[in-house]
Amino acid sequence: MCVSRMKDGYIFSFMSSTTDAPAPVPVSGWGRTAPTAARLTSPRSPDAVLRAVAEAAGPGGRRGVIARGLGRSYGDAAQNAGGTVVDMTGLDRIRSVDAENGVVVCQAGVSLHRLMQALLPLGWFVPVTPGTRHVTVGGAICADVHGKNHHADGSFARHVRSFELLTADGTVRTVTPDGTPDLFRATAGGMGLTGIVLEATVELRPVRTSMMTVDTERATDLDDLMARMAAGDHLYPYSVAWIDLLARGARTGRAVLTRGHHAEPDALPRRLRRTPLDFRPGTLPAAPRLVPDGLLRPSTVGLFNELWYRRAPRARYGELQRIPAFFHPLDGLPHWNRIYGPSGFVQYQFVVGHGQETALRRIVEWIGRHGCPAFLAVLKRFGPGDPGWLSFPMPGWTLALDLPATLPGLPGLLDGLDELVAAADGRVYLAKDSRLRPELLGRMYPRLEDFRRLRREIDPRGVFTSDLARRLSL
Amino acid sequence: MKDAFGIPQSLLVLGGSSEIALAVARRLVARRTRTVWLAGRPSPALEAGAEGLRALGAEVRTVPFDALETATHEEVLGKVFAEGDVDMVLLAFGVLGDQRRAEREPASAVHTAQVNYTGAVSAGLVCGAAMRRQGHGSIVVLSSVAGERARRSNFVYGSTKAGLDAFAQGLGDALHGHGVHVMAVRPGFVRTRMTEGLSPAPMAVGPEAVAEAVEEGLRRRAATVWVPARMRWAMAVLRHLPRAVFRRLPV
Repeated sequence: MCVSRMKDGYIFSFMSSTTDAPAPVPVSGWGRTAPTAARLTSPRSPDAVLRAVAEAAGPGGRRGVIARGLGRSYGDAAQNAGGTVVDMTGLDRIRSVDAENGVVVCQAGVSLHRLMQALLPLGWFVPVTPGTRHVTVGGAICADVHGKNHHADGSFARHVRSFELLTADGTVRTVTPDGTPDLFRATAGGMGLTGIVLEATVELRPVRTSMMTVDTERATDLDDLMARMAAGDHLYPYSVAWIDLLARGARTGRAVLTRGHHAEPDALPRRLRRTPLDFRPGTLPAAPRLVPDGLLRPSTVGLFNELWYRRAPRARYGELQRIPAFFHPLDGLPHWNRIYGPSGFVQYQFVVGHGQETALRRIVEWIGRHGCPAFLAVLKRFGPGDPGWLSFPMPGWTLALDLPATLPGLPGLLDGLDELVAAADGRVYLAKDSRLRPELLGRMYPRLEDFRRLRREIDPRGVFTSDLARRLSL
Repeated sequence: MKDAFGIPQSLLVLGGSSEIALAVARRLVARRTRTVWLAGRPSPALEAGAEGLRALGAEVRTVPFDALETATHEEVLGKVFAEGDVDMVLLAFGVLGDQRRAEREPASAVHTAQVNYTGAVSAGLVCGAAMRRQGHGSIVVLSSVAGERARRSNFVYGSTKAGLDAFAQGLGDALHGHGVHVMAVRPGFVRTRMTEGLSPAPMAVGPEAVAEAVEEGLRRRAATVWVPARMRWAMAVLRHLPRAVFRRLPV
């Protein structure tokens, strides 16, 4: 009797949806771990975003709302289980470009890819680009992304003059670093938890060509690499090192260091001089949908790393590279995240300050000893820290690596690395995180309490929330 | 919320005095789990289980829950879900029953069936609906290899687990796309109070081995987990044996 009552109540509710709201769909981050279901809405105008937020803040929306851009955060930052996820990529208008002074006003859903297409022919480049140009401007602000020029130019938010922020009370506020410093610092790096950025005014960097002049050097071990970076990074606007984390013993931390700057027209070969600002990135066919787990293991990645290291010249100066090859090599393979298989992967990125080189060395040794098949590991030397309360960069060394989620012993290894990072007064990057122990967050981000306080003030009911926010009690 | 490895921060155990369940809970608490609800019939074993988990640093609450009282499930479990998200439900209650007695007294077989199957169907559906509303979660169902092919010596228990296992598969499909992951765990012989006095079958394991397999299964978002893993291949063979041969096996 009981069971049949259950059947009526539940089987029915499993199968059908009672409201006209869009049916929940599974949403995950770029790492494809921990998918959760949310109602995904795709507004085409700021008014439609306002309506979506009003609905989520209303009586029917118990589980809040979060904005989502192009989904390149690796973890659960742009997921909201049981609630609403606002796909911002429909707000894709570039409002105006000041080609004299290099300032663009655009909607939050515009991607850096789109900006490059529009701005390079005018002789302007985005101020900061992460390892992929398929991120939105809104996402770049809220994750306060950094790029290879961090040591010289800081993070993305440093170049944002102002933005329009839709907050939980339904108002749209103009936020500037000087006029509304607290809201600016909470939103830059705030992972979308202060509201939804609708539009932004961003300062650009002038360029004369769309090519890069690149110097490549091999470093025989970690100390050699750090010495080279410390000595020479200030000579280049862009610098990053690929590091072989499977190399052990005397070769621990061997790396290929690439540094460069935007090429001047006279550096270009004759055939390119006629169209120096040409930008036509090509892509390979997308990675297949069904790749099994376990393709990337120490043996295959070790082989890749060996070839990659040997392929690089011991030293080569003045090589011309296109922007995609220099900044975004992985964008050439659409859906490259699929190569990790259905269980997905974890990206671990941390920073430790100058003077904590011993901690960095220990971490690199640990990873090597564990036999982690990390083939996309990069080391970067950060410049001064950034204004956002939850902005990731701080002066020091940042290492980022990708690891398959099914790697044996990985949860324990990463928990151990967290402890080392926290003990060295370092931190992990929230845009990459999908597994940090929540207790460590306050040690890593000293301004966390300010962030929480401001969130309580402007969003007392917690309208803006995400899986990341729930997991880490942001 | 669960993390990238599927480890929950909050856990609801149905059958909170089960040794296997407590081994799983201990393992998860050592990773990320902070809040544990132990649901079961009030007993010293339930309280002792709660104390053990508290000693590991978890915040533990016990909830009176009886698998047989299906009419109360919605209310009892609804209260737990009303307190906050439950990231994982471990459906662990079950009885082995006594096969010989069951054949003499069908009423005792009905009891086994009601606990292992009917009670689990009711609780599973209640939890499934709640997790569907919250848009995430894992339901881990303790099934058994005994459900894979019923044995002469133990077919009442085996048939309840067969039903439970099929239910878990269907529930997983119903919740697919709703952010909820359902995993059936099929252990072989596990050395616990429930199997005390029985001579261990081949490939016997302890509760800790089941816990380890659950953690690994969560990480892979597996639909089925065998404990030990090689049990899968053993059962693949046993499943295809001709009936006349299987009947004569000393299993």
